[in-house]
Amino acid sequence: MLADALIVVAKDLRIEWRSRVGIDQLVPFALVVLVLFAFALDSQQTVLAEATPGLLWVTILLALVLCVQRIFVTESAPGLTDQLRLSGLDPAGIFLGKALGVFIQLLALEVLTVFGAAILYSTRFGSVGSIALMVCAALVASVGLAAAGALYGALLLGVRGRETLLPLLLLPVVAPVLIGATSAFQAALGTGDVTSVQGWRWVGLLAVFAVAYVTAGIFAFGPLLEDT
Amino acid sequence: MRSVVHLRDAVCVLGRFPALAGATLDVGAGEVILLQGPNGAGKSTLLRLCAGLLPVQSGTAEVLGHDLGTDARQVRRRVALLGHGVGLYEDLTVTDNVTFWARAAAGDAGDVAAAMARVGLEARLADVEVARLSAGQRRRVALAVLLTRHAELWLLDEPHAGLDVQGRDLVDRLVRQAAKSGVTVVVASHDLDRSTALADRIVSIAGGVVTDDVDVRSGRRGEPAGTIDDPESADAR
Amino acid sequence: MTSIDTGLRAAPKTVDAPTPAPIGTGSRGSRILGVITLALTGLGVLYGLVISPPDANQSNAARLLYIHVPSAIVAYVAFGVTAFASIMVLWKKTETWDLIAASSAEIGIVFTMVCLATGMLWGRPIWGVFWTWDARLTTTALLLVLFVGYVALRRALAGNPNRAKWCAIAGIFAAIDVPIVHESTTWWVTLHQGQTVRLLGESQIGGTMLFSLLIMMVAGMCGYVWMLIIRFRVAFLAERVDETAFDAAIAERRSEAEKSRAVPTIATSEAQ
Repeated sequence: MLADALIVVAKDLRIEWRSRVGIDQLVPFALVVLVLFAFALDSQQTVLAEATPGLLWVTILLALVLCVQRIFVTESAPGLTDQLRLSGLDPAGIFLGKALGVFIQLLALEVLTVFGAAILYSTRFGSVGSIALMVCAALVASVGLAAAGALYGALLLGVRGRETLLPLLLLPVVAPVLIGATSAFQAALGTGDVTSVQGWRWVGLLAVFAVAYVTAGIFAFGPLLEDT
Repeated sequence: MRSVVHLRDAVCVLGRFPALAGATLDVGAGEVILLQGPNGAGKSTLLRLCAGLLPVQSGTAEVLGHDLGTDARQVRRRVALLGHGVGLYEDLTVTDNVTFWARAAAGDAGDVAAAMARVGLEARLADVEVARLSAGQRRRVALAVLLTRHAELWLLDEPHAGLDVQGRDLVDRLVRQAAKSGVTVVVASHDLDRSTALADRIVSIAGGVVTDDVDVRSGRRGEPAGTIDDPESADAR
Repeated sequence: MTSIDTGLRAAPKTVDAPTPAPIGTGSRGSRILGVITLALTGLGVLYGLVISPPDANQSNAARLLYIHVPSAIVAYVAFGVTAFASIMVLWKKTETWDLIAASSAEIGIVFTMVCLATGMLWGRPIWGVFWTWDARLTTTALLLVLFVGYVALRRALAGNPNRAKWCAIAGIFAAIDVPIVHESTTWWVTLHQGQTVRLLGESQIGGTMLFSLLIMMVAGMCGYVWMLIIRFRVAFLAERVDETAFDAAIAERRSEAEKSRAVPTIATSEAQ
């Protein structure tokens, strides 16, 4: 299962490396969204500084939709699903590989958006402890986002109108991640009234979400790829 | 239990459409079968069914000794399908594609170079992205992928389509070599001159059922549901 | 030769015909249930609007709760049924459970909308706002969106042979989310607002008010089951419409073979 996952993720990262859709399109997209938030909110940066954690994670959720879209569009070329089912790859392995691909791209995106926000919204980072909280929250949240994203991406692989259905199905499901990750970042940045102890509790909730969707994916992916 | 493909009144439904409306066919080990019939007759569906990719609505369908209704997954690892869609990643190079599918099928890296050489893919194409290849070149890559699978049953859907004369000769050569080494081959084709020279038996299909089954050498019309003549002997030409 | 008149030996395996198979949209049971529902609703209107007194704190606005609370409970039950039926689809692989899941989700959406609408109308005079980010409200709203997505997926997959399975998986994914959403919104609200709004207010309800509420609860549940039966039968019959055409489709498909047989094929003549 893990070996199959590595084969799949190596292939996806190679596709990303060759096509550079992530670097050429996803990263600029995330930065544009950050700038749009600044236009919409204010130029005085007080509201922006207050709202930074939420804006960051909304940006990441929007980018997640595009990232999932992209990583499954490559699988929709004629004949590919047939070959994938004939290949002998373990469906759970394919799921883990796909999720890992989304996870890696999301992490890269998160690092860049946090830097973008630091510059555009003048974010002030706190102590080492709060930075550790941010890193942990981002890692655990990304696992959950990637798993849920890979699940819904595969579910909609053969569906007409999947571009519009994906956000409708995926975004409500990941709402708890938005709440949890935002609150954890608020604790770390000291923008809300969330204490750092509460911040770590949110990381726990994010972990529950991640475990639930990784497990669901491992079990659901076989039936998903099968025809009835 | 000698037959590689064993279909009895197999019905296969695509959506609501009965693409196979009760097909009966037996293919023995090492045989080369030409599947012919008009467009929309059910040739591609028959091939995908034999690959274990489609559900059997009713009737019997066994491939390589496995019932497709219960363990299609066992069948899939042991067959190779060349379909209309070539099944390649546009953004990856030729080598990347062949390597990925070879690794997925648990083949080793030595196969990749050998397979690419056998289908005549020049070294200069090895690092070209598939998106930049012509239709014929893509089919050659798909053939290379097929070779790395070391399958016991080849299911070729219009293998000659889009290929130049050398490419068509190459397909014929590969089929003959495969048959000689014991691989069973089912070819769906409109290129009858070429495929007839290749095949042991010609099976006609129309309206989702097998309508005719002719042994090429004896000219004898076999019952489509009948016995298999000389499964051992490869084509004598 | 393959005989052309070989009949289909087995009915398509996805069909799980309940006994007796529905032939109309209503049965005797559903009609009786319908009468009971209407009678209880009439009684509920009488009690809720006329007999029960206005609430001490909320005056006549409290009467909205006779609809609001039952619709909320019915909506949760309906989504629970969808989740359960989705698991059964994957386990038993029968059409019946698939149609129950779909029917229940649609009814659940209607009741959730009634619940949210009455909640807003009640909230305006009592809280002063239509909406507040209370945990229960937020969870309910997300639940609505999750199952609207589920129904949208069903529509997008119309005619797809994999619909039952994929929708069941989507239904289960959505159901997995519900407890996590509930936990997260609860924490979120308690952290941000430090208050939880009690839906029934401070005042203790009793007597005729409690009775009115109970009547409407029973009426709501009866109405749910009634609608579920009818929606299920409509969906079942809609599937059959396609199915009766199936035998004809097989026959038509085979007649194509007859036509082509009349013309000797090139390959055959060549081979001889």
